[in-house]
Amino acid sequence: MVDLRVTVGSLTLDNPVMPASGTFADGLAQIVPFDRLGAMVTKTITAELRGGNPTPRVAELDQAMLNSIGIPSNGVAYFVQKSLPFYRRFKSPLVVSISAPSADAFAELAARMELPGIAAIEANISCPNIEESGKAFAMNPRSTDAAVQKIRNATRLPLWVKLTPNTSEVAAVARAAENAGADALVVANTILAMSIDIETFKPRLGSIMGGLSGPAIKPIVVRMTYQCAKAVSIPVIGCGGISTAEDAVEYMMAGATAVQVGTATFLRPSAMIDVIDGLAAFCDRKGIARAADLTGLVRDAEMAVDDLEAVP
Amino acid sequence: MEALLDTRSHVPSASQRTADDVTARVVAHQWVNAEYKHLVLDAPEPAPLAQAGQFFHLECPQAGEDRPFFRRPMSVYKADPGKGQVEFLYKVTGAGTRGLATLRVGDTMRILGPLGVGFTLDESWKNIVVLGRGVGLATLAPLAEMAAANGVGVTAIFSARGPEQVMSTERFAKTGARIEIVLDSDGSSAVENVERLLRRIAREGKTGAFFTCGSDRLMLLMQRLGRELGIRGEVALEQQMACGIGMCFCCVRNFRSGNEVVSRRVCWDGPVFRLDEAMSW
Repeated sequence: MVDLRVTVGSLTLDNPVMPASGTFADGLAQIVPFDRLGAMVTKTITAELRGGNPTPRVAELDQAMLNSIGIPSNGVAYFVQKSLPFYRRFKSPLVVSISAPSADAFAELAARMELPGIAAIEANISCPNIEESGKAFAMNPRSTDAAVQKIRNATRLPLWVKLTPNTSEVAAVARAAENAGADALVVANTILAMSIDIETFKPRLGSIMGGLSGPAIKPIVVRMTYQCAKAVSIPVIGCGGISTAEDAVEYMMAGATAVQVGTATFLRPSAMIDVIDGLAAFCDRKGIARAADLTGLVRDAEMAVDDLEAVP
Repeated sequence: MEALLDTRSHVPSASQRTADDVTARVVAHQWVNAEYKHLVLDAPEPAPLAQAGQFFHLECPQAGEDRPFFRRPMSVYKADPGKGQVEFLYKVTGAGTRGLATLRVGDTMRILGPLGVGFTLDESWKNIVVLGRGVGLATLAPLAEMAAANGVGVTAIFSARGPEQVMSTERFAKTGARIEIVLDSDGSSAVENVERLLRRIAREGKTGAFFTCGSDRLMLLMQRLGRELGIRGEVALEQQMACGIGMCFCCVRNFRSGNEVVSRRVCWDGPVFRLDEAMSW
């Protein structure tokens, strides 16, 4: 019997598999027993009411999804009154993803999350920062440090910080988040991308650019997970194109302590359950007693990254 | 930025819904005409319990160059709990439906559903009018049968490019529905003509409610007449979807609600909506 439990900071999860923010909601409970998930992660909430981006909000690409939803939100009050009671029925820990346009606003929102039924905060610092002319907080170490410090000081809840892949210095950003008090990192959000319908000459998304997710991006984010896990000593949660248990194993070998499944759930709602069952089967087949032992298991000891060759 | 989400929507909650992702087996799959195919599946419950207007999210196979990534939403053409079957009538248009069209008898596929909120019939309605164009008729066929089963008279207006695109009239006829066909090929499908037709049916007292699917201009016509004549109604809408179960917020559309415009998810709050609240697409 494989022990699937993993530890993310002060939280022990029954297994390392959870949804990526934005790919999980109450509607999925019809199909997936939420009590089997390592954790539940909400769609990002904001303090204010937001309508979201113009349609089309999604485009189908080869083995990838391009989306620009724009964080439509009914606000924090609606979340606390309507959504939170629903998730309290389940025993899996609830992680609330939050977003805000400034470091102070992030802190204010985080302070309102110390409520029964909320186990941790995932700060989505991949969103635009109005104090840096719309650049995402997580694009550089300085703005990451400023935001994470303020959030850290505003809450006693475990603080996970979700990084963006749209930066040239992801390891430095990871260190900044760790030094500012993050308990774990989620690596990563979607990759900024664009697609044009050449028949109509129009961008496929209403907001022209959007975030790429799905199997096509997996090698890029496995690399970032590896870089971040090497750079910090707090747990890294891998997120990017995970559809199968094999994908989850690869992320864990690269250094992830846990994984988030996102786009795959849109294609097959039971994807997270399949990943959990497959992880146990893989460990069993390899004679690995605990899923936690997969973390950092990649055999790279005799190997070195040649920065001049590896960095294009 | 789009309109704010509707927070007062009274659709069933997640706990009141019973969709599942099941494996279905193809028992028949035939071309109806040059563009449309009719798919019949054996499927375990809850699939055959689908109500008129609900839909399924279908996993479409890859075929040749076509590698559909997302599932495809498709309204149910028929659901028969006795036989344990669901049926779909669809137009082969893109990567998803071209892949779907390659399925052969005996093949299996995953179908997620039944999803969304279907049509409702008010007890006070003795007669209804259903107005469909193209594949919209596939959505309205089970409504006509539900109406007939409840003793409600149906007038069905079919709008199509030409006679060869007119489908499933026999199914509507079997329910006892009165059928009117309007075509682009002879000009009878023009909005003014359909309006004359609807006004005539109204004068006969046969317009307890309006139902429509498949055409923006016909929806607007029914909405305008409905407002003028005090006739309620419903419209089944389409929108591109990724998840089908209310998670991704890709499939939003705007609706008039009182004095404001709100956005709603077609997959979760619909796909059937109040006719008077729908907005042109």
